Amino acid sequence: MATSTLTKAEDRTAVSHAARIQHVSKSFGRPGAQQLVLDDISLDVAPGEFVTLLGASGCGKSTLLNLVAGLDAPTAGSIETSGRPALMFQEHALFPWLTAGKNIELALRLRGVPKSERRDEAERLLGLVRLGGAYGKRVHELSGGMRQRVALARALAQDSQLLLMDEPFAALDAITRDVLHDELTQLWHETGLSVLFVTHNVREAVRLAQRVVLLSSRPGRIAREWTVDIPQPRRIEDSAVAELSLEITEQLRGEIRRHGQH
Amino acid sequence: MASTETSTGTSAPKDQDDAAGLTGLAGLEAGLDALETSVDQRTPRGETIRKKVLPPVFAIALVLVIWQALTWAQIIDPYKLPSPSAVWFEVRQAWLQGTLFDYIWTSLWRGVSGFLLALVIGTPLGLLVARVRFVRAAIGPILSGLQSLPSVAWVPPAVLWLGLNDSMMYAVILLGAVPSIANGLVAGVDQVPPLFLRAGRTLGATGARGTWHIVMPAALPGYLAGLKQGWAFSWRSLMAAEIIASSPELGIGLGQLLDNGRTNSSMSMVFLAIFLILIVGIAIDLLVFSPLERRVLRSRGLLGRS
Repeated sequence: MATSTLTKAEDRTAVSHAARIQHVSKSFGRPGAQQLVLDDISLDVAPGEFVTLLGASGCGKSTLLNLVAGLDAPTAGSIETSGRPALMFQEHALFPWLTAGKNIELALRLRGVPKSERRDEAERLLGLVRLGGAYGKRVHELSGGMRQRVALARALAQDSQLLLMDEPFAALDAITRDVLHDELTQLWHETGLSVLFVTHNVREAVRLAQRVVLLSSRPGRIAREWTVDIPQPRRIEDSAVAELSLEITEQLRGEIRRHGQH
Repeated sequence: MASTETSTGTSAPKDQDDAAGLTGLAGLEAGLDALETSVDQRTPRGETIRKKVLPPVFAIALVLVIWQALTWAQIIDPYKLPSPSAVWFEVRQAWLQGTLFDYIWTSLWRGVSGFLLALVIGTPLGLLVARVRFVRAAIGPILSGLQSLPSVAWVPPAVLWLGLNDSMMYAVILLGAVPSIANGLVAGVDQVPPLFLRAGRTLGATGARGTWHIVMPAALPGYLAGLKQGWAFSWRSLMAAEIIASSPELGIGLGQLLDNGRTNSSMSMVFLAIFLILIVGIAIDLLVFSPLERRVLRSRGLLGRS
């Protein structure tokens, strides 16, 4: 079931890719007192692929996502994406001065969708995350899970090939998170999007992804990759998910232990 | 949901699974949503009146009673403290002569148009200071320093520069209100959560579009607070200007009325003017700024249930 193998990068460098990260490094700080956060990261995300980036705190996974999103520039290396990626944050980042529907319409407007089509498209996207009645709702009137679904709908409104997710479910309760895993998996199937999903939750990574990429910390390097062959729909409680999670967790712990040794 | 039956036999069971999972998921989400959605309750009208209207009415009544008692007991000379009835008589007189609203209108017109002018100047100035680093470093400190300068200080130079006319009044209002409005906007922009800016940038709102769609609406609460203060400053500056600089051509506003009361040694007229100034200031705040502020805060869920 859960065959964990080191993936051969050569196999994946096909003609097209949703994101191509090549030898990317990133340092922060003043010249002279620089700290290397990401060290020589190379990673391709194929069209329609679901990849999770896993790592302990300080591994620079959010930094990497910011670089791919174009919010920051790498110190070295190059990042190619087809168009501007959509980005979802841990906080919903919805604009509180707009209703749920208008938040989505703003994304459509900034994308250049004509005014006459925006309303219908926003309703359709809300329907996609099963929030058909929430168009006129204010952000503070929605629960945490609903906010993240509106945020997901807004990200989808960008009509991007690549969806970047920065621990989007980390602040939710376990029940809601579980439901949103199902939701995301289904949407991914329906839309054929490529997803690059950052998390520190091993089970979540295995539950969602086709490929799990483990980053080591300080500086962030790709430590290992696993291909996850467990068929969808998966449950986070599945024994196969647990089995692979255990293996990844062991490796992750090994990475963390190294930092205590000096 | 069962319309995918035409697909090949091997994938049919999976489709059915998906369909079952879908209804299950939809039901699950609907249940979670229902459980987690809080009900936003508005306080009933009766309670609002009891808690918000009655206390100030009671306080005003108490002040009137004490005031009347003081004049009855003749502790203070009547020419120093006129009785409430004497002030009321002054109100009636002005009303019957038809000058009451002239006084108010002369000042209110100046105040409001001066404030609007300050708004038009202060808003782009504030944006510039907030968004352009060099401008902020250059004039930011001066702008906040100007706020602590009482605008009455501007009256003498304004009279010398511009003469005894309406432009001098407007100049004093602007010098008082523009820094408040600009500073309010700067504070509002500074408090915009960086997350909104990042979210805006990923959606493609950069440059002027970012300012219009993200920065301005996000800064609105701070901006409104600045406007409110800007109005208070406009009104105060105007009264100072009217009291100091009186000229027959300027017409009689509330400030002149107060000064006329002083020169005529009519304490009841002075009191009348003070009350009108106070009432106009409070009325604008109560009828314009407070509802606006409450509306903005409520729509963002920032208004505590009080």
